[in-house]
Amino acid sequence: MNYNWNWGIFREPNPEGSGTYLDLLLMGLNWTLATAALAAVIALVFGATIGVIRTLPSRGLVLAGDAWVEFFRNIPLLVQLFLWYFVLPELLPKAAGMWLKTLPNASFWTGAIGVGLFMSSRVAEQVKAGIRSLPRGQAMAGTALGLTTAQTYRYVLLPMAFRIILPPLTSELLNTVKNTSVALTIGLMELTARTRAMQEYSFQVFEAFTAATLIYLVLNASLTFLMRRLERAVAVPGYVTGK
Amino acid sequence: MLQFDFDIILKTLPYLLREGMVFTLTLTALAAFGGLVLGTLLALMRLSTIPGLALFATGYVNLMRSLPLVLVIFWFYFLVPYIGQAILRTERPVEVGAFASALITFTLFEAAYFSEIMRAGIQSVPKGQLSAGYALGLTYRQVMSYVVVPQALRNMLPVILTQTIVLFQDTSLVYVISITDFLGAASKVAQRDGRLIEMYLFAALVYFLISFLASLLVKRLQARTAIIR
Repeated sequence: MNYNWNWGIFREPNPEGSGTYLDLLLMGLNWTLATAALAAVIALVFGATIGVIRTLPSRGLVLAGDAWVEFFRNIPLLVQLFLWYFVLPELLPKAAGMWLKTLPNASFWTGAIGVGLFMSSRVAEQVKAGIRSLPRGQAMAGTALGLTTAQTYRYVLLPMAFRIILPPLTSELLNTVKNTSVALTIGLMELTARTRAMQEYSFQVFEAFTAATLIYLVLNASLTFLMRRLERAVAVPGYVTGK
Repeated sequence: MLQFDFDIILKTLPYLLREGMVFTLTLTALAAFGGLVLGTLLALMRLSTIPGLALFATGYVNLMRSLPLVLVIFWFYFLVPYIGQAILRTERPVEVGAFASALITFTLFEAAYFSEIMRAGIQSVPKGQLSAGYALGLTYRQVMSYVVVPQALRNMLPVILTQTIVLFQDTSLVYVISITDFLGAASKVAQRDGRLIEMYLFAALVYFLISFLASLLVKRLQARTAIIR
């Protein structure tokens, strides 16, 4: 293999003038983390809401929830980001469109919201499955005690449902982190984009990609570890999930 | 108010379908098939009692599943020429076509996901089936290929097809290495004629319709093939 390995490259200054090549990748990691964090919050808030809506005894609401999930699940994430980034500003009234286009860090906001909404459909599926997995008697007991529907969800159903779906939610969180890399197509300089930039500046393809791979692996392992800790911390004794 | 020009879609439709959609569908079908074959082998390795094999398969699957697809696409885009060089013992890195590069990437990447599905499928086959196979004097290979894997495939068919729909959507990511798949073709027209709105909305609509209809079919299939235990 006639390839010039140079692992020292990470300590050399990058041509962007922002420190070494390692700093370049770490800056990318920061954007990945920030985007993933905001996207995860959006996915959780919308996913939980839509998931709950789809279990309510109202046909109209269930239909609206289903439509939300089908819309965000059946269009590729890349196309969704293009819709939010290129198409939406043109469809809005002129002033609003201009404001969107000139927003500082527009690719960050679009990327985070786009990935968040995309992931919300997955979270909604999990939340719905979690609520459905509870014995029907729980909701009935709530009603029998005189709780309103909102109270039944808040105090009876959701606390257990969320505990049950913590493991699949962990993988959706990891997916959220991975999916932020798609936002490089709308110009977000996250980890994968910075890796590409490093490769283009230095021609050290494999060093750059190896480093990015290791960073993603460490990030995955840390998040998995934290979520397992959370699972143990909130486990309810006597349940399968609460060993 | 801006003017929509839906004529552009009609005019470029043959190009979008013949150049773009054919690429997307071929890539999806071949990568799904290759990924399923390779994934089944990985699942068998992972469940085998030979520690080296199990360790390798587990490591491979976990590695692939931890990385973003975009990064993997870049990895193989740069790596495949060197692998070709090592295999064919040529002077320089081998030039690999866009289609071959994408196909190798998606097959190897999807294999990790299909392997997890097949592992669950194989484990869902009752132990008695295996014992019965061995009792009949079948070898390991025969038990797996005539008894276990066919049942695992049947049990997992809806999940496999759902994963294929995800794969169909994910193939749009070849955009990052400038390949003309369906989205790539739409994007080229969009940029050439300055018709981003029409083309991206149309692309979204096409992806939505195909994925949505396919998932409805999978749901029907699931209801029909479900084995009542």
